[in-house]
Amino acid sequence: MAVSESIAAPGLVERLSAPKPAITLLLLMWVPLTIYVMFGAHQFVLLPAIPATILLYWVAFYNFRESSTAIIGLTLVFFWLLMAVSAPYLPLVDPNKPIAPFTLPFSEKRDIFFWLGTDFKGRDMLSRMIWGCQRVIVWGVTATFVAYVIGTLFGLIAGYLSGWWDEIISFLANVLLSFPVMVLFIVILNYLGPSGFNIVVAVTFASAPAIMRIVRGLTLDIKTRDYVYAAQTRGEHPFYIMVIELLPNVRGPIIVDACLRLGYTTVAITTLTFLGLGLQPPDPDWGLMIREAAKTAMLWKFSYMLLVPALSVSTLILGFNLMADGLREMSLKD
Amino acid sequence: MAKLVLRRLVQMLLIMVVASLLLFAIFDTPEFKKRLAIQELGGFAVSALSEDSYNQWLAEKGLDVPFYQRYVNWVGNILSGDMGYSYEKATPVAPLLLDRLANTGILAFFVFALMIPISLLLGVLAGMKEGSIQDRAISFFSVFTTSIPEIATAILLTVIFALGLQWFPVKSAMIGGFQFDQLILPVLTLVLYDFGYVARMTRASMAEVMTSQYIRTAILKGLPYKRVIMKHALRNALIAPFTIIVLQLNWLLSGVVVVEVFFEYDGFGKLLLEAALFPDVEVVQACTLVAVAVAVLSQLISDIGYTFLNPRIRFA
Repeated sequence: MAVSESIAAPGLVERLSAPKPAITLLLLMWVPLTIYVMFGAHQFVLLPAIPATILLYWVAFYNFRESSTAIIGLTLVFFWLLMAVSAPYLPLVDPNKPIAPFTLPFSEKRDIFFWLGTDFKGRDMLSRMIWGCQRVIVWGVTATFVAYVIGTLFGLIAGYLSGWWDEIISFLANVLLSFPVMVLFIVILNYLGPSGFNIVVAVTFASAPAIMRIVRGLTLDIKTRDYVYAAQTRGEHPFYIMVIELLPNVRGPIIVDACLRLGYTTVAITTLTFLGLGLQPPDPDWGLMIREAAKTAMLWKFSYMLLVPALSVSTLILGFNLMADGLREMSLKD
Repeated sequence: MAKLVLRRLVQMLLIMVVASLLLFAIFDTPEFKKRLAIQELGGFAVSALSEDSYNQWLAEKGLDVPFYQRYVNWVGNILSGDMGYSYEKATPVAPLLLDRLANTGILAFFVFALMIPISLLLGVLAGMKEGSIQDRAISFFSVFTTSIPEIATAILLTVIFALGLQWFPVKSAMIGGFQFDQLILPVLTLVLYDFGYVARMTRASMAEVMTSQYIRTAILKGLPYKRVIMKHALRNALIAPFTIIVLQLNWLLSGVVVVEVFFEYDGFGKLLLEAALFPDVEVVQACTLVAVAVAVLSQLISDIGYTFLNPRIRFA
């Protein structure tokens, strides 16, 4: 949707001025830790993931300090990230264990205080909300990352090699882009069957063409620079030029676009799960919570079952969008 | 101009051909065909289907010929109006699809009738004075509404207006014929989600026009501000939003799935999803083809319209 808008972020990387080795080190530390925790290996207590997340938040905060919009977005996103990482360590009830059906929020039953009540099967909403956040973020980030790797690769090839490569890749991208997104998701998941991994495939098919277009446009611009000519004259392999010379210079606009696209992917996963084509029960997930509540809880008294997942997903998406907005603002400032 | 239209038309045809080929190929596997055979022969499981009866069924349906012939037959059938048979609903697909498309058309009509004036008005108001309070307020509001996914908007509206205030019904199944009050919540959901983007684009286009030389001249000449906006700025500022609005049709087709399923409105999106869950392959194929055709056509219209509206391109 915001493809044409997000192109304009040329000076972003230069402006993210914090000590870069520190960021790199943090990311290197943070990514495996969180992935390890989030994919359910948490019985080997990996507490360092929590301080690492907080540290990452501070570094990002320092970088985004000029734009209050970006700070608000960052805070929303990191709130949910922290929830996702610390879910195994919080004193929560088992999210799949039925305890007391239809308990209203802020009430006590069987010696357990339910902050957000329980759903129609009697499972704790607070616990399901936090654990659901983990699933949404894990699959959302994975799917976006895969889409970026593939989209960037094809974009670099189409932009740098041009000629027939460009014609074929651009045409295929146009074909995929001519499907309305949700229709494409439904067709692919109908073919592959519903599961988290297949969502990654579907998101890749839907997002990679748009990413490829952005990267291709940037590459066409950058490949006429002198340092690219220098590399060509040195006789470097085209692949070397793409990865070493071109890739680092297209990342600015990509960072902004990635924030937006993380939001879209999260929406897509929630929506697909709501439609019954995404992640499967019984593990908690925001889309699944909506799906189950929409069947049973159509009464004012039980509207909290719908509101909890709806507000959760809205705040996360709002966070991503505000962050992207703030970053774009920052990059256009000078 | 004619050359451009022709080139676009050829491109569009090519895209349609490749899209339909992909669509045909992925559902052409034995697995899906066996399912179809079972549905038609009235069996219960794939294992119950004997090899002989399956082959006989293939021959009967003319599916034992090579791939390209099957594809040509399929396309020929669709072009002559035979879109297949829905085993879930036990009717031919074409009338069913037309009926559902008409329902979605009603929905889309009201969405556009509400969204276009609201988004253009807000966009122009915001872009008129860049950086003013009204600009910031409108921009924040549009980011906010666009950020909330349709499913969440639908839930919020339902909880407030249907469950809390009880102004509107919860579901829009239209069981007792067409009822206007059942249409309000789905339309409102789609408008709230969609208008922000168009408003932002209008704002950007308006803001760009307002910084141009001829507007400065008009203001310095002493023309009334209202006239500068109405006569000079709007004409140029509304060209870009036109293309965006036409392209929203594409977005509406994906947004409509969630909204129709949530409100149980009998439209195109609900049909597609039900077919995908059943799975009713021929319905999925027909729906997807229609969706792609609408998307590609809207792209074509927006491209040609943009060229036509913008004199700098038209006379170039």
